[in-house]
Amino acid sequence: MSTTTYQKKRKENMMLNVGPSHPAMHGIVRMVVELDGEVIVGSDVEIGFLHRAFEKDSEQFGYLQVIPYTDRLNYVSPLINNVGYCMAVEKLFGLKSPERAQYIRVIMCELSRVSDHLTCIAASAMELGAFTVFLYMIKQREEIYQLIEEVTGARLTISYARVGGVKGDLTDGFESKCHAVMKKTREVLRECDQLLTHNRIFVDRVKNIGIISKEDAISYSMTGPFLRSTGVDFDVRRATPYLVYDRFDFEIPVGSTGDCLDRYLVRMDEMEQSMRIVEQAFKQMPAGHVLVNEQGEVVKSEDLVDSAKMGNTEGIVTKSAIVEPTLEGYHKDNRAEVGTCNKRAAMPPKEETYSNIEGLMNHFKTVMVGHGTRPPAGEAYHAVEGANGELGFYVVSDGTGTPYRVRVRPPCFTIMSGLHKIVEGDTLADIIASFGSVNMIGGELDR
Amino acid sequence: METAPNIVPQVNTGFVTSKLEEMIGWARKFSIFQYPFVTACCGMEYMATACAHYDVDRFGAGLPRFSPRQSDVLFVVGTISHKLAPVLKQIYDQMADPKWVVAFGVCTCTGGFYDNYSTVQGIDTLIPVDVYIPGCPPRPENVLDGLMKLQEKMQKQKQAL
Amino acid sequence: MQELHKKLKEKFPDDVLGTHEQHGDETAIVKPSSLLKVAQFLRDDPEFAMNFLMDLTAVDGLRLGWNPRFQVVYHFFSYGKNHRLRIKVPAADGGSVPSLTGLWAVANWFERECWDLFGVKFDGHPDLRRIMMYDGFVGHPLRKDYPINKRQPLIGPGAIAK
Repeated sequence: MSTTTYQKKRKENMMLNVGPSHPAMHGIVRMVVELDGEVIVGSDVEIGFLHRAFEKDSEQFGYLQVIPYTDRLNYVSPLINNVGYCMAVEKLFGLKSPERAQYIRVIMCELSRVSDHLTCIAASAMELGAFTVFLYMIKQREEIYQLIEEVTGARLTISYARVGGVKGDLTDGFESKCHAVMKKTREVLRECDQLLTHNRIFVDRVKNIGIISKEDAISYSMTGPFLRSTGVDFDVRRATPYLVYDRFDFEIPVGSTGDCLDRYLVRMDEMEQSMRIVEQAFKQMPAGHVLVNEQGEVVKSEDLVDSAKMGNTEGIVTKSAIVEPTLEGYHKDNRAEVGTCNKRAAMPPKEETYSNIEGLMNHFKTVMVGHGTRPPAGEAYHAVEGANGELGFYVVSDGTGTPYRVRVRPPCFTIMSGLHKIVEGDTLADIIASFGSVNMIGGELDR
Repeated sequence: METAPNIVPQVNTGFVTSKLEEMIGWARKFSIFQYPFVTACCGMEYMATACAHYDVDRFGAGLPRFSPRQSDVLFVVGTISHKLAPVLKQIYDQMADPKWVVAFGVCTCTGGFYDNYSTVQGIDTLIPVDVYIPGCPPRPENVLDGLMKLQEKMQKQKQAL
Repeated sequence: MQELHKKLKEKFPDDVLGTHEQHGDETAIVKPSSLLKVAQFLRDDPEFAMNFLMDLTAVDGLRLGWNPRFQVVYHFFSYGKNHRLRIKVPAADGGSVPSLTGLWAVANWFERECWDLFGVKFDGHPDLRRIMMYDGFVGHPLRKDYPINKRQPLIGPGAIAK
């Protein structure tokens, strides 16, 4: 731990150390506060307890190997990080992913955003005593996890996006399941709204607490729900639309006073808007192939490879391989809809890898060290709207298969830099409410 | 029947004392007060395990005590960096006997895929660990399996009276 | 396309060392001694109106043979005009760059992080100390010549002596 350089303003005031292992410190942040009775006069915020060297690690391997590291940045909405990084690398290539892939990315990003806001409100409500809301919302988040698991294979650390698209298409029946989950989510949000929004106890604890002014928020470069609660309606999806966000009709909820209550209301409204976007996306999405086009025999991929090794290559070119029996949505025809065909950027479909030499060489060149995804030399900065604000990726490439520098612009880092200003003047118990509304995610803050 | 290698086999010391030990073991394993030392992504799966769907409360472990002096199982959840290591050691030292440690997530078991200058390569380099739950992050079913193994250990170990 | 970088070059012909535009991102390279002047202009001028300092980081050019070794990269954004600009400032190893804490409050933490991980000093910063790493850590980890596995544990095996 570092020694703090904070100087007390008055000799009689008390210095109190909050954290780093503290239930309300969401992960690990240490605050050293100066108290005059119960009122906070000044504070020093210390971070860095979850520094896991994301930026150094991403300089070691290839571009695709960075994607699992990006999952663990903002681990409550991992899909948004994946998509942000992949879009920055696509900018270096000058690529655009296929249209269906863009719609799929939007749907998954918005589902992630809903699960992030659910977690944030649930955790901050629990810390203020509303345990029921926590249980209801986490149960709903569980259903969203099951949806995500069906498509990507994992609940939390999914590594779903690829440079040029996504890994695989949506599964059959995903749309109807998604609509059912969203209907249930709306009911849960209505219940929690009834429990909290006009509840005297909750409102007294968050109204006029943790106020930050518009000018201060801009000076601290705060973005996301934090900035929108002060009245500035800056949302990256509206300002610089990426993917297909310019085709959707959605509102940007904006607060007025910049206190914790406004942030809570902004997040509740944003979840509703996210669900609207998902519904519109399903309607507008171009249809994908459902049936596999067979031009010959269909054999299991391991049989195809084995017969080729034995030298039985007669007629092998006309045979199609069945791959990935456990993960649906990965057939060759679907693959063209959801991933780019650029040979330098993405892997070929597995059927090609197993059945012809060009596919095998392409796969080899993409995977082996020293080859791999090789964008042209240059640099690119791409910003997406993360759950906490503008999540930017700045990627510098030197033309080889390894990134030269990958920088994440973390949205909650800037919010935390202003935390000392937010808690000043409030009492000690108000740290809990203010800190809960920051939605600090350690993986993103410390990287 | 499998036993963990470092459990002291119960010597036949007599009916009353062995029954008493069994009873104490039974009481300890069903009243686990955890100290969740949550740092990173595994915290999300910890939350999911503790809540209504996978419910860790039916194992008697549903009440986290947020003070090391009042808890007996230290759940280390998520990556430990070198900056945080002295804090972890201090929390462990502050806990009273009998105490157990669960390494939740592969970052606490071996450091995970963070083989770099800032991550501790496994908390067993700092404090003794009883149960390792690997996974990145482990599914809630994994966590419950680990919890049951811990309960088995608590039941079978020699209870200090 | 606004051609902001060209307009900046016209306004400050001696201070802007070069400009380029790549993939829709506009960049201008500025001399360290003129950074405060240019940044103040970017914030206050009504045509640029760059009120957000979105990001502040550095790139170590050791393996690319850059001289001076570091480039401190600033990303600016204007909420009212909705445009972005990247400014790069070269900095030598052991050299320093003026601090922007007087203009944007967020520069305080960004510059602390840059100092901690790269070793680039910022003149005029009120409290330049480590933010990610701990007291007793020697070196600046994100530099290209810092090996990724070089651990300096505080306790446990291999602990650095106090």
